[in-house]
Amino acid sequence: MSILKDEFPVAAMDFVAAGEASGKIKRMLKKLGVNINVVRRVSIACYEAEINLVIHSRGGKILLEVDEDKLTLITRDVGPGIPDIPLAMREGYSTASDDVRMMGFGAGMGLSNMARNSDRFHIESQVGVGTEITMGFDL
Amino acid sequence: MKIREILRVLDARLVWGEPLLEEEVATACASDMMSDVLAFSKEHTILLTGLINPQVLRTADMLDIRCVVFVRGKQPNQEIVDLAREYDVAILSSGWTLYEASGKLYESGLKVE
Ligand SMILES: Nc1ncnc2c1ncn2[C@@H]1O[C@H](COP(=O)(O)OP(=O)(O)OP(=O)(O)O)[C@@H](O)[C@H]1O
Ligand SMILES: [Mg+2]
Repeated sequence: MSILKDEFPVAAMDFVAAGEASGKIKRMLKKLGVNINVVRRVSIACYEAEINLVIHSRGGKILLEVDEDKLTLITRDVGPGIPDIPLAMREGYSTASDDVRMMGFGAGMGLSNMARNSDRFHIESQVGVGTEITMGFDL
Repeated sequence: MKIREILRVLDARLVWGEPLLEEEVATACASDMMSDVLAFSKEHTILLTGLINPQVLRTADMLDIRCVVFVRGKQPNQEIVDLAREYDVAILSSGWTLYEASGKLYESGLKVE
């Protein structure tokens, strides 16, 4: 039985709401009394994932599950998918538009930052279908 | 260094954050790219930036940054002030450029941890 289970929709290109889900998750975890260093790592990884859904995907959602000994974050979107995952994971690689760069994103650091901040990182993607990222954190 | 001190060193105007002036910070991060701030910033840092949008405040919130300095005299709008209040982040506006502001803080003893 998990302690907490929730999901948060994320709309494509909605820059006003971008980050709201991560903010909610951060506050939920703090309230639960999760270790502050873990909260920090989850917050960074979650925000990077949420921004990616906003700027690169056609929309999706973030699923959060907290158990006794671990926390899982899953992001699932409805496309366009990532054709070359090793290339996308490379620091500095980005397909972000100039508009996105003007917002302060698109350095090509997000996926590697997500992998660095989580204890387990798994990404699966199919072009034309979507991308699913699973991040695990030990509690 | 206290946020009050940063305000003085940068000849800055306090846009919001009176209750946070006595907070101690350890280092600073200067960038217009929130991606880099998320990837490289340390704990107990302040953020100096020339970028003004709500994502700057959201980035600060995610990293528990307690003070954001907008450089080159940029004035945040009401939406940003409201977010700062909600997230409990002090916001300062300084007329110096990003480079000058960084140099002044470094010189005054706020080093890289
Ligand atoms: N959910 C997604 N759907 C489709 N493509 C994606 C998705 N997430 C990432 N990508 C692709 O992978 C690339 C690298 O992503 P990453 O998060 O590392 O960098 P970025 O988002 O471009 O910039 P940054 O994260 O530094 O702001 C993106 O530019 C994009 O091409
Ligand atoms: Mg990204």
